[in-house]
Amino acid sequence: MRTLIRGARVIDPGCPNVTKGGPMGGLLDVLIQDGRIADIQPEGVLNIPSGNDVWIYEADGHILTPGLIDMHVHFREPGQEYKETIATGCRAAAAGGFTAVCTMPNTCPVNDNGQITRFILSQAAEACGVRVYPAGAISKSLEGKSLSEFGELKDAGAVAVTDDGKPVMNSLMMRRAMEYAYGLGLTVISHCEDMQLAHGGAMNEGTIATRMGLPGIPNAAETVMVLRDIALCELTGARLHIAHVSTLESVRAIREAKRNGIPVTAETAPHYFTLTDDAVRDYSTHAKMNPPLRTQKDVDAVCEGLRDGTLDVIATDHAPHSPVEKDVEFDQAANGIVGLETSLALGLQLVESGVLSLAGLIEKMSTQPARILGLSSGLKIGAAADITVIDPDRIWTVDAGRFKSISRNTPFDGWALKGKAVLTIVNGTVVFDERLNT
Amino acid sequence: MSVDEISLILDTAERMKEISERPVKKVPTLRGKTVVLFFYEPSTRTRTSFDIAAKRLSADSISLSGSTSSMVKGETLLDTARNLEAMKPDVIVLRHPSAGAPHILAKAVSASIINAGDGMHAHPTQALLDMLTVRQHKGCLAGLRIAIIGDIAHSRVARSDCEGFVKMGASVILCAPPTLIPKGIESYGVSVTFDMKEAIDGADVIMMLRIQKERQSGFFFPSEREYSRRYGLNREKLKSAKSDVLIMHPGPINRGLEISPDVADGPHSIILDQVTNGVAVRMALLYLVTGGTRNADSD
Repeated sequence: MRTLIRGARVIDPGCPNVTKGGPMGGLLDVLIQDGRIADIQPEGVLNIPSGNDVWIYEADGHILTPGLIDMHVHFREPGQEYKETIATGCRAAAAGGFTAVCTMPNTCPVNDNGQITRFILSQAAEACGVRVYPAGAISKSLEGKSLSEFGELKDAGAVAVTDDGKPVMNSLMMRRAMEYAYGLGLTVISHCEDMQLAHGGAMNEGTIATRMGLPGIPNAAETVMVLRDIALCELTGARLHIAHVSTLESVRAIREAKRNGIPVTAETAPHYFTLTDDAVRDYSTHAKMNPPLRTQKDVDAVCEGLRDGTLDVIATDHAPHSPVEKDVEFDQAANGIVGLETSLALGLQLVESGVLSLAGLIEKMSTQPARILGLSSGLKIGAAADITVIDPDRIWTVDAGRFKSISRNTPFDGWALKGKAVLTIVNGTVVFDERLNT
Repeated sequence: MSVDEISLILDTAERMKEISERPVKKVPTLRGKTVVLFFYEPSTRTRTSFDIAAKRLSADSISLSGSTSSMVKGETLLDTARNLEAMKPDVIVLRHPSAGAPHILAKAVSASIINAGDGMHAHPTQALLDMLTVRQHKGCLAGLRIAIIGDIAHSRVARSDCEGFVKMGASVILCAPPTLIPKGIESYGVSVTFDMKEAIDGADVIMMLRIQKERQSGFFFPSEREYSRRYGLNREKLKSAKSDVLIMHPGPINRGLEISPDVADGPHSIILDQVTNGVAVRMALLYLVTGGTRNADSD
């Protein structure tokens, strides 16, 4: 079986030669055979007679990119399947244009051993085809007391280690974790939060928290840990990736670290460049997450960090919760929002506003996550055909009720957005086709 | 709440005061109305005040507390609210430890909701009774200088007082160590000082706030001794105040910590007037939210 995608505008920031394959601005045809990219040629050059053995997709000049990768998602299996299973999470990912995700280990039980990692991978194998790369826990049960067996986790298929959702408060443990992970070639993903400084806060510290009578979390709760982990990264030489950066001061610290050649990378999430703590007004628990939504100056700094390369990655921190956790008092509500099905369109707003080029956006949503996690990606001849086709001009309205995700906890419900994944292919197989999606 | 609404409530409360001074302290105005006093947090003053207010207007009042409600059985606030709603109350008075809890309730039920204090967010009936008390003693609120001293950060009373007094044209100065001044509090249109002398200087009203002893464990201040010396109100510090200054406190008082007994009980203190006015303000609110079409003082 072969697939021919005709007339696409091909963008691959990791492989610019491919993009240049056609005349400037010209459209390309992409041929997929046996799950691999067989050929890429200017439109009409490939002479493939239509027949039973070839499925032809007319791209109509839409954008074709290497499959998007979301390196920060929470699928709730095992343990909280009423919020999200690996199967539903993968369908949500596919609908959002993602061909691969990296799942955080705070499942129940925690992914702190090879058995859970293998279980996640076996569930993923039964799902729609989106690739699932599990991250293992740094500490057993995320308790920050003893290290998980990184070697076993890696052998079972884990691509990174993290205690995401909780920080590693013990600096010595973080040092050892980074050193030990370095020896195994595992990336350490750090959830940067000083729990004492956060002091049980429910939202960003500032005028709005004060007016709402909610305990605040200062920017410094994040930034002191970013600074600590950068120091440990410099000490150990480990590959450190800082999750969900939300503050101006964190961006500044990471920029300075990179300038000094420290091997740190960092991500932010669409809500941190789209919303401020103003979204919490009216006690909307769909705007409650950790780190919390910050202020406009932080949003501006995050955008600048994305623009100048300080922030390498856009990841969603897709965190499904049911009404059981969200339809409660604000300070009692769970942190987090779903993001897989809105991420691309929110990212495209950065292209619209001139913060990123289209290629720059794809780099942060595909090329960089692959590089950081050590995955192969890119539209090379012979490479696995993981492909996303995007209609950048499609205007659509977010309807959380129609999400593929089980959960609907999004602050973007009802938003009119521009740009949408219309076709998602993993390993040559279509996992999402917008035309068939009713 | 607008200036007009606040004035209406205060004016109505003035008329209600008289009922509490009659030999038979009861009018039939709210006969047949059901008022649920739903207190998730312990409270003596506020709950009793609402209860008495409801009874003086002949409403049927029912008291639910956090420890007797199904909350201890794990029922959510929303479910409890829906169940209460099914029993057709006219008013639910809610005291809750979470900021915003009355908003959740108001969205879920058709009964009128009166916020009797939610987390650190607001305590509107306290602010109204504070304003009523000051207005009675000073004649008006506009142009007065109100000093609020103490744990501003954790105080819903301070927030509601800032909102109310500023709206009514008073100027408010807040005073506490910086650890107890929350970020952005100036947005209420108030000023801030860390120096108690400066706060007291020229103040028409000094409102002392309760300091919770637990705050020491959060490193908000080093010791009760030091707090009391720097931010406690005593006769010595009162010397620099205006001769007709009013001393207020929303209670409960930590005698000897934020306020010395002789000042709390002294000639400037109108602390018990606040409590008396609490009943009047709550009667006014119950009357107004249940329609208030029939004239309360015709009875």
